[in-house]
Amino acid sequence: MGKINLEHVSKSFGVTSIIPDLNLDIEDGEFVVFVGPSGCGKSTLLRLIAGLEDVTSGTIRIDGRDVTQEAPAKRGLAMVFQSYALYPHMSVYKNIAFPLKMAGEDKTLIDRKVKDAAKVLNLTNYLDRRPGQLSGGQRQRVAIGRAIVRQPSAFLFDEPLSNLDAALRGTMRLEISELHQQLKTTMIYVTHDQVEAMTMADKIVVLNAGNIEQVGSPLELYRSPRNLFVAGFIGSPRMNLLSGAAASKYSAETIGVRPEHLLISRTEGDWKGTVGVAEHLGSDTFLHVHAEGMDHGMDHITVRAEGEAGLNPGDTIYLTPDAQKLHRFGKDGIAL
Amino acid sequence: MARTASTGQKIAWTVVAWVIALVIFFPILYTIITSFKTEPEAIAGISLIPSGTFQNYIDVETQRDYFRPFMNSVIISLGSTVLALIVAIPAAWSMAFSPTRRTKDILMWMLSTKMMPAVAVLVPIYLLFRDWGLLDSRIGLTVMLTLINLPIVVWMLYTYFREIPGEILEASRMDGASLWNEIIYVLTPMAVPGIASTLLLNIILAWNEAFWTIRLTTTNAAPLTAFIASFSSPQGLFWAKLSAASTMAIAPILIMGWFSQRQLVRGLTFGAVK
Repeated sequence: MGKINLEHVSKSFGVTSIIPDLNLDIEDGEFVVFVGPSGCGKSTLLRLIAGLEDVTSGTIRIDGRDVTQEAPAKRGLAMVFQSYALYPHMSVYKNIAFPLKMAGEDKTLIDRKVKDAAKVLNLTNYLDRRPGQLSGGQRQRVAIGRAIVRQPSAFLFDEPLSNLDAALRGTMRLEISELHQQLKTTMIYVTHDQVEAMTMADKIVVLNAGNIEQVGSPLELYRSPRNLFVAGFIGSPRMNLLSGAAASKYSAETIGVRPEHLLISRTEGDWKGTVGVAEHLGSDTFLHVHAEGMDHGMDHITVRAEGEAGLNPGDTIYLTPDAQKLHRFGKDGIAL
Repeated sequence: MARTASTGQKIAWTVVAWVIALVIFFPILYTIITSFKTEPEAIAGISLIPSGTFQNYIDVETQRDYFRPFMNSVIISLGSTVLALIVAIPAAWSMAFSPTRRTKDILMWMLSTKMMPAVAVLVPIYLLFRDWGLLDSRIGLTVMLTLINLPIVVWMLYTYFREIPGEILEASRMDGASLWNEIIYVLTPMAVPGIASTLLLNIILAWNEAFWTIRLTTTNAAPLTAFIASFSSPQGLFWAKLSAASTMAIAPILIMGWFSQRQLVRGLTFGAVK
């Protein structure tokens, strides 16, 4: 079991309030991602759940039990750190065995569990090595191995992939998702990378300045962002947020159009513009278009065109937003 | 672009480095050479070729007891080092892992005691030693050297402990390690290289300490520094014997330093570069 509830949790360092007042329910077996810009309090929130930081006020419950004042080890959680935090003087085997040894498990049981974990994580051939002799991805797998042998009620991941190169990040992302499907244990994952959030999460918690902006499934957040912050944060490339005349037409203060929801034409459309930069990805082309005669508060509009598009810098094009998929926001930044 | 040096430049720099090294090493070398000369040879003037006599060593060993000051040096330098580590490890530990607003000030204050000339407190310390019956005692000297080197030991250990990433300690806490287990299984093994080089450096400092050892001892607790000094006696200076005594005094520490130079260099430059 791994149901986690946060009730009116707040955290301040001296006079600086990091998390003002936060309520959140995480269901058993969920893959929850905390996402937000740096300094939004997502890592602090994870550390509060882990018990590595004390809450200033509020209650944290795990499976209904109040653990607010309990030591990290007593909470039955396992954590994977950004820097891996492996014990450099111990072999891979000893690193993975460490939590079991601390729990006073029997030696044969430790041996079996460590070897099982090593098999799952493809580390069998590296058990005698020291962390210093492993690659980044292998180190991260050892850190995960150390977490899974304890059979915790929930896993906590603190930006675990940010030290890896892009290719490895993709592979490890998949491995963690597969691990979740296999173990069906609650996982809380902190990242600033919204691609990781979208691809891995059952539920995303978007944080900004210690406040929850929105909680929902990746597609819910993509389809109906509750406010301008979420609209701008979720989705890659970013949603185009236009104000002024373009927005008034739709009786809103601001409108949001995702790059993939703009129709391109060479002859007619709502907004006329010139192609500035064209980024060719092969499968798609991202066009950065300078719209003419429009007071919309953005210096360019990003458009996603399918395939190679056949458009070059300097070309004049017309853009029309898909009215069905257009987002409208009021003066307070909340979706209308 | 990487800087490249021509062969000529490399040779020139090698020669310069050797010359500097020889100049620095020359006093020790000349002491060793002189120890193999006869007394008339020793006072005759600068000469690099000794007659190769061992008589000075025999004289030093038979006329004066070398073993006693040697043992005093061993006991005092090891004892003061162990004592200093016992006090400094917990001190550096708490300052590195649970610093307060005043930690930096405390560290600076400790270091500032090293900025004062030792002679400034000679009289009060001498009187205290006299009143407490510590003059010419190994215990008194051990405590004295512990206190003298403590700031440096705390500083070195503090720098070492600061290099241990906090996340590793947090990971061990998550893994269920108690404070005691954390110290035994995680912190200490990671700090061992740092503790070892601090230990080595402190032994060397304590072994070579001459100001207090000469002033607070006469015969019973006199270590090798006092033993060398005793060769400059009212009967006159015996250069060759003095050199033999000096060579015997520095030999143990020179050998130890030679074999542990890697740890020492690492210890002294630790924390300078990441």
